[in-house]
Amino acid sequence: MKYVGEYRDPEAVERLLESIRTRVTRPWTLMEVCGGQTHSIIRFGIDELLPSEITLVHGPGCPVCVTGVDLIDHAIAIARQPGVIFCSFGDMMRVPGSTADLLSVKAEGGDLRIVYSPLDALRLAEENSDKDVVFFAVGFETTAPATALSVAQAAQKGISNYSLLTAHVLVPPAMEAILSQPDNEVQAFLAAGHVCAVTGYEEYRPLAERHRVPIVVTGFEPVDILSGVLSAVSQLEAGQARVENRYARVVQPSGNQPALRLIEQVFEVVDRDWRGVGRIPASGWGLREGYRRYDAAIRYPLKHTPKGEHPDCHAGEVLRGVLKPDLCPAFGTLCTPEHPLGATMVSSEGACAAYYRYRSRAQSTMRANR
Amino acid sequence: MCLAVPGKILSIEKAESLERSGVVDFEGVRRGVNLAFVPEAGVGSWVLVHAGIAIGTIDEEEAQLTLEALRSVDALGGGEAGQRPTGETEQ
Amino acid sequence: MHRLIRSIFAETFASPDLEAEHDAATLHLPGGRIAYTTDSFVVSPLFFPGGDIGSLAVHGTVNDLAMSGARPLYLSAGFIIEEGLEMEVLWRVANSMRQAADEAGVRIVTGDTKVVERGKGDGIFINTSGIGVIEHDLSIEPMSIRAGDAILVNGDLGRHGMAIMASRNALGFETEIQSDSASLNGLVEQLIQAGLTVHCLRDLTRGGLGSALNEIASTAGATLELQEAAIPVSREVNALAEVLGIDPIHVANEGRMVVFLPEDEAERALDILSKQTHGQGAARIGRVLDLQEGVVTLKSPYGPNRILPMISGEQLPRIC
Repeated sequence: MKYVGEYRDPEAVERLLESIRTRVTRPWTLMEVCGGQTHSIIRFGIDELLPSEITLVHGPGCPVCVTGVDLIDHAIAIARQPGVIFCSFGDMMRVPGSTADLLSVKAEGGDLRIVYSPLDALRLAEENSDKDVVFFAVGFETTAPATALSVAQAAQKGISNYSLLTAHVLVPPAMEAILSQPDNEVQAFLAAGHVCAVTGYEEYRPLAERHRVPIVVTGFEPVDILSGVLSAVSQLEAGQARVENRYARVVQPSGNQPALRLIEQVFEVVDRDWRGVGRIPASGWGLREGYRRYDAAIRYPLKHTPKGEHPDCHAGEVLRGVLKPDLCPAFGTLCTPEHPLGATMVSSEGACAAYYRYRSRAQSTMRANR
Repeated sequence: MCLAVPGKILSIEKAESLERSGVVDFEGVRRGVNLAFVPEAGVGSWVLVHAGIAIGTIDEEEAQLTLEALRSVDALGGGEAGQRPTGETEQ
Repeated sequence: MHRLIRSIFAETFASPDLEAEHDAATLHLPGGRIAYTTDSFVVSPLFFPGGDIGSLAVHGTVNDLAMSGARPLYLSAGFIIEEGLEMEVLWRVANSMRQAADEAGVRIVTGDTKVVERGKGDGIFINTSGIGVIEHDLSIEPMSIRAGDAILVNGDLGRHGMAIMASRNALGFETEIQSDSASLNGLVEQLIQAGLTVHCLRDLTRGGLGSALNEIASTAGATLELQEAAIPVSREVNALAEVLGIDPIHVANEGRMVVFLPEDEAERALDILSKQTHGQGAARIGRVLDLQEGVVTLKSPYGPNRILPMISGEQLPRIC
C-alpha cells in the first residue's frame, strides 16, 4: 500500500537498527505514547530487534483503554433506552464496564450500530427522525475533528435527534502526569504522530524544556518508529532535550489549523477521569455551552452510581508504564481477551492484549493445561 | 491509536465548506471522505484519512526525501542513515 | 404458500430421486468408507458479491467432505423460511444451489422446508448435510501431520469476510472484492489422484487461517511456523483490512484450504493446484517445525517470531 509499504521495508529497518546500535552507549528508557505504536512495535517485534540497552515502555495512548468505567456504564445505560440508536466505533464494543459491555446490550435487543465515522452516525439521525441517535465520542485529538464536524454539521442542518457522549482525552496532560510521577523512569517520548497531525507539536516544547526530555514526533510503521527511536537515542546520548519531527510527511509544526479552529468552536477543555490512572485536570474536551444541546450526558443523565473497577485489575499501572502486562498477577489467568478485567486486555491497542496475542509463550502451556 | 491511512482523492463531490467531500481511493477500495480540513487538497492529492475525514495531506516530496535518505548506505558518516536533517532549530 | 415453496425447490433440484416424492431418497453407494457431514448456514446479507446463502451452503458441505479426502456425492437441503420472504429470493437461492451443486458434481437429492413466523428467522436459514465416499487409503487428519511437512494454501486470504463486511455494514466502503466461496473437491481429487501423500486438509472458514491452524496445531500437538511475507493477500483485501484495522489472517474464507504434506512433494502440489481455477495463487506459507507443542508462530519479515493467537469472536472495525 502506497505510503505504508515503503515504511515496512526490511532493508531500511536493518539500516536504522544498525545506526541505533552504533549510537547507543548506555541504557535508556523510552515511552511510546500511542496505542497504535504499541501495536506496531509488538506485532513487528521491534522491541526485540532493538539493542537491549533500550527499554520501550508502553504509554496510556489507548483512548479505548483510558475511557473511564463511569462513561462505559453511562454508554450502556443510554444504549438500553428504547428509541435510541447508539453508535460507536468497533473498539468500544467489548470493553468491560462495571457489570457488562456494549456488545451485551446488542444481545439484549438494544439498537447498537458500529460506525466507521461520526458522520455516519449523523446520517443515521437524518434518516431516522423518529429515533434519537447517540454517538460515543471516544478518542484523542486525532478523532476530535471528526466529532466536532458532526456536531457543527448537525447545528448547520438543524438536526436535533443527534447527540454525543463525549469522552475525548488529550495527550500532553497525560505525558505531564507521567513525567510528574515520583517513580517515573521515562527519559524520552515518541509522541503520537496522528495526534500531532491535528495539533502540531508546539505545545510539547514547554514539556521537553521543563522536564528535560526529548520528544520525537513519530509515525506508526516500523521504519517510522525506528526513526523516532534513533532520534530520541541520539538526543539522549548528546544530552539534548528537543522536540523533533520524524513524521514530516504528515505532521506540520502548527498542525491542522482548520481542524483546530472548529474544535475550538465546538469543544472546551475539561477535567477527565482516566481509567486506571485517576482524574487528570484539563485533560479532555467536552462540548461548549453553545453546543450543550448535543450532549447525551445531559439528555440521558445517569441515574445510579456505577460500581467501579474489578479489584484484580492493574490496568492503571500498565497504562502508566510501571507494570509490564505479563508481570500482572491476573495476566493470562483471571484476565484474558475472552474474559478481560480491564480495557487494556480488550482493545487491540491495549498493551495487555498486545502482549497476550503476540508475545506470551505461556499461552501454549495454558492450552495444554486446560 | 488513531488508525489513519493514506488515500488518493479521485473526485470532489460537494464543495461547500463543512460538507466538502470527495471519493478517496485506497488501493482499489473507495469511500466518501470529508475534506473540510484539507482545503489545499484537490483531485490527485494524497490525504491521511481517519474516521471518515481527511486530517491532513501527505507531503509527497517529504515522503520521497525520507525514503531516499533511508536508502543511504553510509550508516556512520554525516547524519544518521535514514534520517533527514529536520532543518529545525529547536531549543 | 407451502406448495409454492415446494414447487420452487422441486423444479430447481429436479432429479429422479427428488421426483420420486418419497420421504427419503434411496441411493446407491459404492462400497468402502463413507464420509458424512452436516452444517447450517445463517449468513447476512443473503446475497453478497461472489455468492449467496445458497451457494455457500453447498460449497460449505462439499468442502467438509472433501477435507477428509472424500468424493462428495449427495446433499440434503433443509430450509427454515421466514414468513413473508419474497418468492423471488427463494428462486435465486434455489438456482444458486443448483448451479453450485452442478459445478461440484454433486446432487441435492432430498430436502425439507418449514415456514416460521415473521421475526423468527433471518429471512432464510439453510442446513445441508452431505454424503461422500472415501476411495483412498490415506488418513487425512491432524494426527497424520509430520515434522518437516510443508503447509500450503490454495490462494489469497480474507476475500469472503471482507466482501461480507463491505456489503453488510453501513461502513460506506465500495470495493470489487468478491467472496472466494467455492467447492474444493476438484482440487483435492487432483492432489490425491496424483499420488501425493496428503497428511491433512482443512478448509478455512470462520476465523480464517488463524483459527484453522490453531485448531490443527492444538489437535496434533504440532508447532507450526509461518512466514508472514509468504501469506498471500490481494491488494484490495489488504487495503480494506488496513483501513478498518483488521488482520486478514483471522478473516473468514469460504473457498480456501490448507494442505499439509511432505516437504519434497510441495512443489508438485503447488504445480497441480495452480493449474486449477480455485488454486490460482496457491502458495507455500510455512512448515511444521516439530511435534513438541501445539502452537502457531509467525516469522515477521524482520526476523522475530510471534505467536499467532486464536482470536475469539469476530474482528470488529477499529479506529484505534
